[in-house]
Amino acid sequence: MNREAQWEVVIGLETHAQLKTQSKIFSGASTAFGAEPNRQACAVDIALPGVLPVFNREAAVCAIKFGLSVGATIAPRSIFARKNYFYPDLPKGYQISQFELPVVSGGGLQIRVGETEKFVNLTRAHLEEDAGKSLHEDFQGKTGIDLNRAGTPLLEIVSEPEMRSSAEAVAYAKALHALVQWIGICDGNMQEGSFRCDANVSVRRPGAELGTRREIKNLNSFRFMQQAIDFEVQWQINEIEEGRKIQQATVLFDPDSGETRAMRSKEDAHDYRYFPDPDLLPLEITPAWIDQVKADLPELPQAMQQRFQSDYGLSAYDAAALTAQRGLADFFQRAVALTGAAQAKLVANWLQGEISARLNREERDIADAPVTPEQLAGVIARIVDHTISNNIAKKVFEALWAGEGSSADAIIEAQGLKQITDTSAIEALVDEVLAANQKSVEEFRAGKEKAFNALVGQAMKATKGKANPQQVTDLLKKKLGG
Amino acid sequence: MSDSMINASLRQLSAALAEKKISSVELTTLFLDRIAQLNPSLNAFIATDREKSLAQARAADAAPQPCGALHGIPLAHKDIFCTEGWRTSCGSKMLENFIAPYDATVVEKFKAAGMVTLGKLNMDEFAMGSSNETSYFGAVKNPWDVSRVPGGSSGGSAAAISARLAPAATGTDTGGSIRQPAALCGLTGLKPTYGVVSRYGMIAFASSLDQAGPMAKSAEDCALLLNAMAGFDPRDSTSLERPAEDYARDLNQPLAGLRIGLPGEFFGAGMDDDVRATVEVALDEYRKLGAVTVDISLPNSGLSVPAYYVIAPAEASSNLSRFDGVRYGYRAPEYGDLNDMYAKTRAQGFGAEVKRRILIGTYVLSHGYYDAYYLKAQKIRRLIAVDFSDAFKKCDVIMGPASPSVAFAFGAKSADPVQMYLSDIYTISTNLAGLPGMSIPCGFGNNNMPVGLQIIGNWFDEARMLNVAHQYQQMTDWHTQMPEGMR
Repeated sequence: MNREAQWEVVIGLETHAQLKTQSKIFSGASTAFGAEPNRQACAVDIALPGVLPVFNREAAVCAIKFGLSVGATIAPRSIFARKNYFYPDLPKGYQISQFELPVVSGGGLQIRVGETEKFVNLTRAHLEEDAGKSLHEDFQGKTGIDLNRAGTPLLEIVSEPEMRSSAEAVAYAKALHALVQWIGICDGNMQEGSFRCDANVSVRRPGAELGTRREIKNLNSFRFMQQAIDFEVQWQINEIEEGRKIQQATVLFDPDSGETRAMRSKEDAHDYRYFPDPDLLPLEITPAWIDQVKADLPELPQAMQQRFQSDYGLSAYDAAALTAQRGLADFFQRAVALTGAAQAKLVANWLQGEISARLNREERDIADAPVTPEQLAGVIARIVDHTISNNIAKKVFEALWAGEGSSADAIIEAQGLKQITDTSAIEALVDEVLAANQKSVEEFRAGKEKAFNALVGQAMKATKGKANPQQVTDLLKKKLGG
Repeated sequence: MSDSMINASLRQLSAALAEKKISSVELTTLFLDRIAQLNPSLNAFIATDREKSLAQARAADAAPQPCGALHGIPLAHKDIFCTEGWRTSCGSKMLENFIAPYDATVVEKFKAAGMVTLGKLNMDEFAMGSSNETSYFGAVKNPWDVSRVPGGSSGGSAAAISARLAPAATGTDTGGSIRQPAALCGLTGLKPTYGVVSRYGMIAFASSLDQAGPMAKSAEDCALLLNAMAGFDPRDSTSLERPAEDYARDLNQPLAGLRIGLPGEFFGAGMDDDVRATVEVALDEYRKLGAVTVDISLPNSGLSVPAYYVIAPAEASSNLSRFDGVRYGYRAPEYGDLNDMYAKTRAQGFGAEVKRRILIGTYVLSHGYYDAYYLKAQKIRRLIAVDFSDAFKKCDVIMGPASPSVAFAFGAKSADPVQMYLSDIYTISTNLAGLPGMSIPCGFGNNNMPVGLQIIGNWFDEARMLNVAHQYQQMTDWHTQMPEGMR
């Protein structure tokens, strides 16, 4: 029995999704990224004496959208609490968060690892404000503070510890990442810190009590998440197998070394002294408000997946793949609207084949694809009406991708790629091929089926691929008396 | 003329200004001169700026008629209110050099009403104190006897009005900080219902208890000031959206049939005999005005001081965390690492009473103690509010002493925090319940020191309380008395 099989990995994720509101969660300052330091920090954000927070209801709309999209309970009344600790980029000396009564509880996400589907339950999601940033470079050994980010709204989404491998953790994080963008509450930009994950990792013998966990902080890419969890799991197994105990701790992942290292142990853990913020009223969410938000919510991935299967006859796999990202699903739907439902499968194949391959190779997002759904629909229309073959279609598509023409028709016209359908023209070509390849003709007559394929190939070559292969085959068969 | 002006009511000052008997510049100068002359012995003002005040007065004089009821009249702000361009210290070394870059809503509203800022008033550090002895800028002295405290924390406001250094002032009341100094200095002071006046720009002590209010010589003055101060403020989530009201509208209503509730708990042991006797005479006066007194009970009021000293320090410990030496305010000149910077800054920047309350507050909120202290105190708070709503089924207003004693001597209680905390025993429960309360002068006790009568109203019943106070002030002249030494 290998070592991995003797251990069960337990992972729970805490994700901070920055909400796409115009202004901050408790002040009117802008949330736009990238301004000069401290230019987007108002009196409330820098915590001048006497200032007070005022809740931005747009942040609640985001939380309601999220709650609806994961089938969670949305609290009719939730409470903002103060989380007290000192840090230079935390201007008030406390963070306004939610503690005992969060706005969202329960719900869950469907994830897929390879062919296996799994439902991951969520514990809760709560609203809170982000802190500023401490800048340690360029200040001659001093620390600079940028409070532009202070007060940016966050939704902290906490999963149950139900992931059993780094692959599941990454699949969950990706599904969540896609969902928050899908419903338009987060831009998902991981480089700018709009979507950050902390992973709670422990190991245990199968069936045993939960092991002691260590929390890996601030994972800002899926690749690092996988590496960090894999390292951490191996480290914990080693520790236990060598007779040591795991101490609860907060750890950081160093991408350069590929290792996790402890930042602080449980002994230095803060006592945050949570208590309800007396400056803010409870957040009351009425059923009418929820209904109003529900009306604005886009169709959710799960529902769309079902619909793609029933309306377009797509396989579960195709439907899941196309609904993994809002951009992909939108592209698909716009193209199908033009080609008609009968060609949905063809559109799906193109999206998952040519387009996905190119996007992956070029590390681009579907939103930046140089080919539009209208252009793809144009290519498919010409395949369907036999103007071009599948092979020529790939050439046309490549030209569109390279920006060599505005539409399939323009490229077909300009490059003379139209399929030859004139029977007499093809017949003349076939005759030439038969005359030039007597050897193959004899071999075929002698019963060698392979020789026939060679003749088809020669004939297609003679037409530069523009002839309909079926038509060529039929003609050859006729001429050879087959 | 100056004598009549310093003793004039706000209505009289307004009339004199409107009739051009005096200009705002002259009136402002009169008070600034009195401050220059008398403040050194009282220490009520901790910031004045003659040029700034006179510029405001000149602008008031230049404004086209007709003007509002407070236009051109000077007033002074407790140094807890951020006042743009003025040092706003909150009585602390921590903010000794903090120039506020914005106006508190209350300051803004008085500016909009055309009032002139005379200066900033001394106070207990971060409003934590009942005697003004905790101010970093030194104690304020009681104008009736400079060897005695003026009360606190709005002691500077009370002393300034009592000595006629200002016709009116702002105060704040978290556990009695308007009413107790008003009582000890012989003034009228009103703490409105929680949420009636915006807290924006008022440096927070205990957010769920803090409420700003007017301090002046009479109930009528307080009504006019409250008209300017009150109102919904979108910048304060706890301020209440209610239709505007004229708090002076009922001043002249007769009191016949008024039911005055007398809680047994406010008349038991702990009250000095001179205070008791003076309050009893005042109640007789009310009976003469046609009011009836009914005995009521506030059974949980004995728990108000302990509950308050859990809740207020808990909130304060968090509210005062922003004073960390990072962005503004005091920072220790020498320190090692970050934690050392925090520790030294806060150890040096805060005074002993503030530190005591931060320690208490931090303790009661800490893991494992929260339920036993903070949560329990919040439950008691609810019970205290229920006591009051039950009581108001039997009476229209509640009366009792504002303070168990007259002003005490400096140092008398400063060594014993519990004795000091008990001087707010009659005022604290109204803050816990969010009710409005006021203190009006009702006579003199031992050593000829003023005694305050407390009037507690139902939620949002300020107009009736002001009526009740005003009718008494029509029959008596305690509120017009002025300390001999301040003439």
